[in-house]
Amino acid sequence: MRPLGESPAIEVRGLRKLYGETVALHDIDFEVHRGEIFAVLGPNGAGKTTTVEILEGFRPRDGGTVEVLGQDPFRAGEEWRARIGVVLQTTGEFEDLNVGEVVRHFARYYPDAQDPDELIDRVGLTEKRDARASKLSGGQQRRLDVALGIIGRPEVLFLDEPTTGFDPQSRRDFWQLIRDLAAGGTTIVLTTHYLEEAEQLADRVAVIAGGRIVDIGVPQTLGGRDTEATVVSWMGPDGPETVHTTTPTKFAADLHARLGGEAPGLTVHRPSLEDVYLQMIGAAGTAAAAGTTVVTTEDR
Amino acid sequence: MTALTVAPARRLPRARLRRIVSLGLYRGQLELLQFFRGTETVVFSLLFPVFALVIFSSMFDGEIAPGVTYSDYLVPGIIATGLMVTGFQTLAISIAIERDRGGLKRIAATPMPRSAYFIGKVIMVLVTSVVETAVLIAVSVLLYGTHLPGTADAWFTFGWVSILGVTACALCGIALSSLPRNSRSAPAVVAPFAFVLQFISGAALVFTDLPAWLQWVASVFPLKWMCQGLRSVFLPDSYAAHEAAHSWQLGWVAVSLGGWVVLGTILCLVTFRWTKTRDGG
Repeated sequence: MRPLGESPAIEVRGLRKLYGETVALHDIDFEVHRGEIFAVLGPNGAGKTTTVEILEGFRPRDGGTVEVLGQDPFRAGEEWRARIGVVLQTTGEFEDLNVGEVVRHFARYYPDAQDPDELIDRVGLTEKRDARASKLSGGQQRRLDVALGIIGRPEVLFLDEPTTGFDPQSRRDFWQLIRDLAAGGTTIVLTTHYLEEAEQLADRVAVIAGGRIVDIGVPQTLGGRDTEATVVSWMGPDGPETVHTTTPTKFAADLHARLGGEAPGLTVHRPSLEDVYLQMIGAAGTAAAAGTTVVTTEDR
Repeated sequence: MTALTVAPARRLPRARLRRIVSLGLYRGQLELLQFFRGTETVVFSLLFPVFALVIFSSMFDGEIAPGVTYSDYLVPGIIATGLMVTGFQTLAISIAIERDRGGLKRIAATPMPRSAYFIGKVIMVLVTSVVETAVLIAVSVLLYGTHLPGTADAWFTFGWVSILGVTACALCGIALSSLPRNSRSAPAVVAPFAFVLQFISGAALVFTDLPAWLQWVASVFPLKWMCQGLRSVFLPDSYAAHEAAHSWQLGWVAVSLGGWVVLGTILCLVTFRWTKTRDGG
């Protein structure tokens, strides 16, 4: 038995998942450290949800090993479930119950649940305690979803596209809630479509495309973003000029010297997470198409 | 959570059983709260059999056997249909919707013992069935002068046929809830089973008037046996001679309903899913 702090919260080795003859996940490897916020990015159908559902214990796998808090999620029991939290997106399943009733109800399932009233305050639903769950706005509904996900004080929390449909302010409030949870030691795994969200929240990001992990790392260096050529543009005497350079600081200094002053309309543009992301999933799409053909041939 | 980790469930069967029962009862309470707050569901599921009773008995009248009117024949059939509707149809559709909306997945993600969910459903079905049956009996006593069972034996038969029947229906309903692919198709997938059975099982039409092959088909399913068992409670013993087998066949009622309970349980265990079918991502 290793002490708790040493083992990663999640360890995935060679994870493979098939749907019929289609390979949904090709031997995926990654780990998530305790207390980390880990984001899984990828286009629709890339395997994000499948991966997370395997980690949550909802789906069996076809190969590889998966350990969440030291246990195989698909075989883990209620004791394990009490240590994880899942924030799910739903559409009004509690129609006729009010917020307080729903939260108190879920508190009963956990051995060490948070105080329902405090939790309702914490997710900002104090005013809505007695409102029917079906009468909540989209953002309020998601706060309730989060409350139900964290009520058991989970060590690992899964969030699947948590802020879809949020307005910008709600999204920022939500991010703060997630940061607070992580600061309290909760390991967080979230899937998202929003690159900004991954960049704002995540300690590390995994990009999945075509059932493979294309890259994994801190958002600032993902896809070689930190070392890739930077685009410097300015308005020259004969019109706009653009230069790609790996030494933008030196280039700007030289430009200053050359022009004998400020360069008009100067911009220095490092590839955004979005730029590298789109590049990565574009390349992976082509590779995955080739990969599928090979596998199908092998199967027959 | 430490306590749970240290003491695995297997080593504490009694504590675990207590947890299952207490959470099961709690779920049942919650299910009932939700059911009775859904005004439309309550009104329709309670009134539908009453309407059926009133409409059918106004369509046909007169005696179908000495001392037995069509209305007399209809009352046990409609009670049985009511049990099938709450046990089978309402349950199958509501679970399919819960699954589609992600409610089942959310419950399955918690440490709630999964059996507590089914205990809750059973409690809801039993309570709503009792309420519905009471309403139906009250209406038929008032409108058609139905006689309540006069002997302890008859009440006993009424009890076991109803409970066994509604249990069989509920188990089949839970199993069938996995068939519709989404909540929109749920009523379309589930309702025809209930609708057809109602007509071929002696619930709305006199069973012995049906062609023999249809009687055989109906005999496979539980509703026919529920109707027959309840007729033995509400009709005079002399009517037994007019049944298809010239007897109430209570033994066969028990065997058939018991068989469906077993089959329904197996189907539930094999087919029940907590999540939707894979939707990519």
